Amino acid sequence: MILFIEQILNGVQIGLLLFLLAAGLTLVFGIMDLVNLAHGSLYMMGAYFAAVLTKLTGSFFLGALLALPAALLLGIVVEVVALRSLYSRDHLDQVLATFGLILFFNEAAQLVFGVAGMTIPLPEALQGQIQIMPGLPYPTYRFVVVAVGLACALSLYWLVVRTRVGMLIRAGASNREMAGALGVNIARLYTLVFGLGAALAALAGLMAAPITTVRVGMGENILILAFVVIVIGGIGSVRGAFVAAFLVGLLDTVGRAFLPDILTLFINPIQAASLAQGLSSMLIYILMALVLVVRPAGLFPAPGR
Amino acid sequence: MSLKTVLLAGSALLALGISPAYAQSEVKIGFITTLTGGNANIGQDMRDAVELALDHMGRKMAGKPVKVIYEDDDQKPEVGKQKAEKLVQSDKVDFVSGFIWSNVLLASAKPVTDAKVFLVNANAGATQFVGAQCNPYFFSTSWGNDQMPAAMGELMNQKGVARAYAITGNYAAGRDMVKGWQDAFKGQVVGTDLTKWPDQLDFSAEISKIRNSNAQGVFFFFPGAHGIQFITQYTQAGLKDKIPLYSVFAIDQLSMPLLKDNAVGVIQTGPWTADLPYAANQKFVTDFKKKFNKVPTFYAAQTYDAINLIASGVAGAKGDLKDKEAIRAAMKKANIQSVRGPFKLGPNQVPVLDIYQQVVEKAADGDYQQLTVSTVLKDSVSSAASACKMQ
Repeated sequence: MILFIEQILNGVQIGLLLFLLAAGLTLVFGIMDLVNLAHGSLYMMGAYFAAVLTKLTGSFFLGALLALPAALLLGIVVEVVALRSLYSRDHLDQVLATFGLILFFNEAAQLVFGVAGMTIPLPEALQGQIQIMPGLPYPTYRFVVVAVGLACALSLYWLVVRTRVGMLIRAGASNREMAGALGVNIARLYTLVFGLGAALAALAGLMAAPITTVRVGMGENILILAFVVIVIGGIGSVRGAFVAAFLVGLLDTVGRAFLPDILTLFINPIQAASLAQGLSSMLIYILMALVLVVRPAGLFPAPGR
Repeated sequence: MSLKTVLLAGSALLALGISPAYAQSEVKIGFITTLTGGNANIGQDMRDAVELALDHMGRKMAGKPVKVIYEDDDQKPEVGKQKAEKLVQSDKVDFVSGFIWSNVLLASAKPVTDAKVFLVNANAGATQFVGAQCNPYFFSTSWGNDQMPAAMGELMNQKGVARAYAITGNYAAGRDMVKGWQDAFKGQVVGTDLTKWPDQLDFSAEISKIRNSNAQGVFFFFPGAHGIQFITQYTQAGLKDKIPLYSVFAIDQLSMPLLKDNAVGVIQTGPWTADLPYAANQKFVTDFKKKFNKVPTFYAAQTYDAINLIASGVAGAKGDLKDKEAIRAAMKKANIQSVRGPFKLGPNQVPVLDIYQQVVEKAADGDYQQLTVSTVLKDSVSSAASACKMQ
């Protein structure tokens, strides 16, 4: 029972990390209709910014705080310099161009930060474990990830539903031409949304960094999962991304946690573990396929799409 | 000269192939390793070792200049295979070396050995090539995947570990390793996990299972970046002091500076570390530090041996790169000054080697160094070797 609770926590934690990455992706995709493969690169750059700034300032909190505006700025520069001319082109052109950005950022990171990779040492206060209940200590830092993820989800909800900027974002998502005709500066809105997406990606990257270390190419594998999340959730819907990220995180963790033990009852442990790994990675895609059959636009399709 | 004569002479040249004088004028080595992505630092270390080995031999083998063509496999089997085909077919190399990953080697070896080009493997230990699919054109300066884990199983028996958990990546080497360990470990295996390789970077679900098992030790194989991630997360979960880690290949001179204190206390079995007392090793380590300002890894050490093994083959054939039999005979003698001391190859053309227990210590200057504690297995041979029927 304790193990089950612990695994649920693990799933929630992975889900929230995925949500941070997917939220930015779904905003950019849903509102700007831009397929941004380089979202994973922004995740990586966020982690590198945080690692370098943590080293310079000597504090993880300061480093993380400063990394966010840096990533926002980087996002704005990328949008203005590289992506602006792509909005009117079709998706394949966008895929090619943003794939080029991945190569650019990987090479740049290797040149600037070196091949060795970096770690972000956690402050003393976050290194330990918190005793949730007797017999269940849980790493403090993973709690912080859960807290930051939830806080971020709430503020995004507030931003999109309750503020003027959010209204513009929603207007842009449901009918771009009409919003433009009513005097909304669509170009500036796009720059803002892309910058926001970049900052969210960077936040995900820097939150993941103390767990997974900072590496060139660290955003590429997780980006595939983020795409699955936004497809399940409904493209353009932050709420959908939130629910889908939870589903994917939980399903992935539960599969990894319990399938090997079940299969060991039938075949030898190495084969069981190998098969369980394959099956649990498949579960997510099976979920995606099922959702697409029942609700082709995702669980919470954004209005107007 | 009439047009006819020119054409005749031209076709005669074509029939002969490329001018032999030119083809023989240099030794061409193709070197496939990982030079981009999260494990580019390993490939870089191997490339540095190639350059140092060449420096030490005056950049010549049997009087001929050596040209090395480096190729990046991106840690992907399909990329490695393309690069191997390119090296053999269009660069017409005489030797192919490198290879960190077993799955990349498994995909890339056939185009090389089928073309009767020597493949001198510097790390990947895929059991297929050590055993049943051994090949006259396949040499190695590393080991079979089962050997370090077998030594670790033996060491855990000696330390009285009764119940252990095993975890590794789900790919060719991972499955080989965990099987090698299981065959040697006499205690109870309370759990086995294979993680998605190389995508999975979060091990929270697996670590929770380990904590809730009654294991007294964890055997794990995560080379490169994954090793750092696993040990870091294991420490954050507060388990490192409760259930000791028994590692193969995770702790090296690239991971120690990032792991810092987290590396201390992890017990490892390995083929080499910088403190081995042989003269050739001291020279290698000293000059490597001088040239590249870092301590080499075992990847670099095995690469240094691989380049020297190639040189011994070229010398044995007196520089005649067409004389494959002479090259092979010379390489089989393994007459090199290895960084691992006395060096010999088994009938499968893979080293017979000693395996050591290694620990990490924090030195007075704050740096971390890996130390050899004891010899766990002497003259170790892969259990797959008996399946090799080659003469």
